[in-house]
Amino acid sequence: MIPVTHVLVLSAALFAIGVSGVILRRNAIVVFMSVELMLNAVNVAFVGFAYGLNSMTGIMFVLFVLVVAATEAVVGLAIMLAIFRNRGTLNIDEFNLLRW
Amino acid sequence: MSFTLSAADFLSVLPESILFAMGMVVLVFEMFGTGRDTRNLAYLSLLSLLVSGFALHRLAGRGITGFGGSITADPFAIVLGMIFLLVVALIVLVSIRYLHDRGVGHGEYYALLLFACGGMMLMVSSTDLLTIFIGLEILSISSYVLCGLIQGDLRSNESALKYFLLGAFATGFLLYGMVLLYGATGSIRLPEIAAAVNRSEVRGNPMIWYGLGLILVGFGFKIALVPFHMWTPDVYEGAPTPVTAFLSSAPKAAGFGALIRILTEGLGALTPEWSQVLWVVAALTMTVGNALALQQDNIKRMLAYSSIAHAGYILVALVAGGRDSLGGVLFYLLAYAFMNSGAFAVLILASSPVRERVTFEDYRGYGYVEPALALAMVVFMLSLTGIPLTAGFAGKFQIFKSAIDKGYVWLAVIGLLNSVVSVYYYLRMIVVMYMQRPTAEHPPERVVPSVPLYVAVAASALGVLYLGVFPAGWLELSVRSVTSLLAGG
Repeated sequence: MIPVTHVLVLSAALFAIGVSGVILRRNAIVVFMSVELMLNAVNVAFVGFAYGLNSMTGIMFVLFVLVVAATEAVVGLAIMLAIFRNRGTLNIDEFNLLRW
Repeated sequence: MSFTLSAADFLSVLPESILFAMGMVVLVFEMFGTGRDTRNLAYLSLLSLLVSGFALHRLAGRGITGFGGSITADPFAIVLGMIFLLVVALIVLVSIRYLHDRGVGHGEYYALLLFACGGMMLMVSSTDLLTIFIGLEILSISSYVLCGLIQGDLRSNESALKYFLLGAFATGFLLYGMVLLYGATGSIRLPEIAAAVNRSEVRGNPMIWYGLGLILVGFGFKIALVPFHMWTPDVYEGAPTPVTAFLSSAPKAAGFGALIRILTEGLGALTPEWSQVLWVVAALTMTVGNALALQQDNIKRMLAYSSIAHAGYILVALVAGGRDSLGGVLFYLLAYAFMNSGAFAVLILASSPVRERVTFEDYRGYGYVEPALALAMVVFMLSLTGIPLTAGFAGKFQIFKSAIDKGYVWLAVIGLLNSVVSVYYYLRMIVVMYMQRPTAEHPPERVVPSVPLYVAVAASALGVLYLGVFPAGWLELSVRSVTSLLAGG
């Protein structure tokens, strides 16, 4: 028996790693991978809660999050491909045509 | 456990289903269209918006709920749905020439707009965290693609990438907030969450506070509240102008709709706590939005910051709460949709592929070259400022009056001071158009006429004036439609 708290600690750690990845990394693909890590941290938490609450809702939510993450990946990678063809780089510091 | 679908289930999502199905039809027509004239697809999209609006209208007053209560066709959802359909129809009208001129007349543009519209309607008719999330993602993913529509344009690329990365980041926060709410209350249904939050042992659970905080952060990104607004001006400036017009009004309205539903129907018991947080956010959003709008020379960027400021005014009403304020939100959302789409329609009409007119300088002496168009722009700018007899005034009046009635005098004072500041940059447009001589490098030119664009400008101007002169009817409808929301929560 793994207590739910352990699952939540794992999920929180994954989420924190994801957030720091988004803030610290400069390559758009790595940033996007960090976002995916955040979404998977959410999935881990959902599974943990579903297990703790003995409800199927959390499991069902995970399936939807997976599908949405996949569609986001499709669109995101297509955008990155378009920008890489035009600019030859994916370093987000170099995308400065629009002032921050 | 059996799983059956009844007629009510299908009816409750009929308006959305029509849009999704027609979006796919538009895509198929694009594929087989040999004439390569995408203008017909625009009229097909307008027709599907009309049909969807008719279906939505027929749902009114029936109180249909579907999918075990996850979807509800209550007056709040129907009124907001009508606003989305109207905005998207205006956007389709302003896009026709823009896309045709720039040779990006892709059918997928209209398909994506229809999908986004369906997503927004799903978002505001959901009473379940899962369906709200799905609606939000349908909207967001369509918007990412719309931003990057002009593939060869570096600014459009950059806008899409920034919007995508920050939007996905925000989704992560929103989802983590949802999972914590689920963990604390044991449900993702808003009424069940509301019932759980009323119990003191649930309210003592810190997870619910973290969940609330993360949901506010997630929505803060999506509707561009300060301090989560940094992406807005970049994305709005880089995106194709019709897409900017779309992004700055409809998705914000959808975000506010879903946020209002979560905060009143789900977390109504925590109102004293979240309204304090939103008080600060509202004050910051109004002030920062206006302060930054003052310094802009690019009108698209100015309107982007002004949309942040307007989100702040709407937030004032959310903080004040109660039916008069929330009715004011619906009123303001429609008023803002008219004035914002109208202002963008003028920018699009004045621009050509050869020369984009997006800075103040480009409009020197414009009032003497295109009197009618300049006059329409004056109406939109006065309405954005909040001058009486325009929709903007009626909306602000309702919001600030109800805030004062609820005792939020300081917040109303901050809002009014901000409106005064905003006079500077809205009137600057009028001053440039009427009181400055054109220079050699910015010669004014007559616009190339376009019937759909004229229709969009005229409809927006009439909408602004009608709501400004006769606000009572729409206001009453708005207030009535939020009543069910508050009674149910």
